[in-house]
Amino acid sequence: MEFPQDLKYTREHEWARKKGTQLVIGITDFAQDQLGDVVFVELPEVGDQVKKGESFGVVESTKAVSELFSPVSGKVVEVNDPLADAPETINEDPYEEGWMIVVEPTDPKELDALMDAGAYKAFVEEQE
Amino acid sequence: MPQRTPLYETHVRAGARMVDFAGWEMPVQYAGILEEHEAVRTRVGIFDVSHMGEVIFRGPKALEALSRLFTNDVGKTVDGQAQYGCLCRETGGIVDDVVVYRRGAADLLVCVNAANRQKDFDWLSGHAAGADVQNESDAWGQLAIQGPLAAQLLQRITNVNLSAMRTYRFANGEVAGIPCLVARTGYTGEDGFELFCPAEATPRLWDAVMDAGRHEKIQPCGLGARDSLRLEMAYRLYGQDMDDGTTPLEAGLGWVVKLDKGEFIGRDAMFRQKEQGLARKLVGFVLTDAGIARHGYPVLQDGRKVGEVTSGTKGPSLKTSIGLAYVPPALAAEGSTFQVEIRGRPAAAKVVKTPFYTHK
Repeated sequence: MEFPQDLKYTREHEWARKKGTQLVIGITDFAQDQLGDVVFVELPEVGDQVKKGESFGVVESTKAVSELFSPVSGKVVEVNDPLADAPETINEDPYEEGWMIVVEPTDPKELDALMDAGAYKAFVEEQE
Repeated sequence: MPQRTPLYETHVRAGARMVDFAGWEMPVQYAGILEEHEAVRTRVGIFDVSHMGEVIFRGPKALEALSRLFTNDVGKTVDGQAQYGCLCRETGGIVDDVVVYRRGAADLLVCVNAANRQKDFDWLSGHAAGADVQNESDAWGQLAIQGPLAAQLLQRITNVNLSAMRTYRFANGEVAGIPCLVARTGYTGEDGFELFCPAEATPRLWDAVMDAGRHEKIQPCGLGARDSLRLEMAYRLYGQDMDDGTTPLEAGLGWVVKLDKGEFIGRDAMFRQKEQGLARKLVGFVLTDAGIARHGYPVLQDGRKVGEVTSGTKGPSLKTSIGLAYVPPALAAEGSTFQVEIRGRPAAAKVVKTPFYTHK
């Protein structure tokens, strides 16, 4: 199980990575492992607003539906469209090719409230 | 405390992900549902289905008694033949869907769903009509070996002549030296076998099949793949696609209801239902819009709820989104269209012929 040091994490198992003033968002290695094979993903469109802690889409495995919760509030500026045809990318490479959206955050400080890699790893270990 | 099959330790050691299923701690997946699904469609997979129950009818009244409890015409079977059908209430509501293995006219094994072990035994023994009815569920283990290479693999370790065994036939013999009922039955749509063995021998049987199956790259499979495989075949799942409140006619199982075979429980109700027409029918559909339909999602027509999805997934061998739903008869014909409400939004769906999956 990987926990990259340069990311911030939520209790709902999303990650956020800084890219200039923007944030790249995806789900963690733990999340994809728990889900199993991802076969469908529903993401917002560029220009949509997302809100911290609220659903911005869903991922579905063969068995189940899981909501995606935004780590921050802001505007969607980019969406990983290829995931629609290749949702398995989320299983194969959750932290790089499996990214989901890029958000321009309204309040950059919201990022500070998220867990760092060490705290998230401890959180996951507690769950298991 | 969930129940465990004799293979619990085997699953955990092999790294399976365990889940609760109908009170049983069962493997949902080993390598991943898609990989396991593919293995069964192209090679061979092995499933622990020891959670299924076995109720035995014995004695001179066995066949007659079971015939009055079973919708299909078990009287027409021969020894060594298996038959699928339903147990129904007087209302026609389905107690369970089961497979009857006729070992003899005075010795029939009824294989029942795990969740219904006690309910079925209570129902069956309550209507025993002079037959000796025993719940032997804890005495039996059960493995399913499924896939196009199942026969070649199994033949190497059994003294039963499999090439002479047709679908839905079975024989007693040995597999890896373990006494088994070897049946050419399954729940995947592939050729394959189900092995009934003494419970305590199940881990040895599993290991022997796994060992022999290295040549075929046999894949241990969990309930996840079992579900996607059965749904691609539009095989119904009790508790999800049907229950005590639905009749076999509504569930599209009219082909296992023999109304003219003589008296059986539920016959009169279904006869009336057939005369008066059904209020709803279970159909297979594909989503023509993006998304995946799930159990409980509403079926809409003109924005109004007219039915409900009972099973749905993205068929791994089909790459399309498939499902089963109860709809009014007017929407049940092939080519009919309706919508499935997915998270508040309607997605277009079309009724198709089942099974969804057919061999290439």
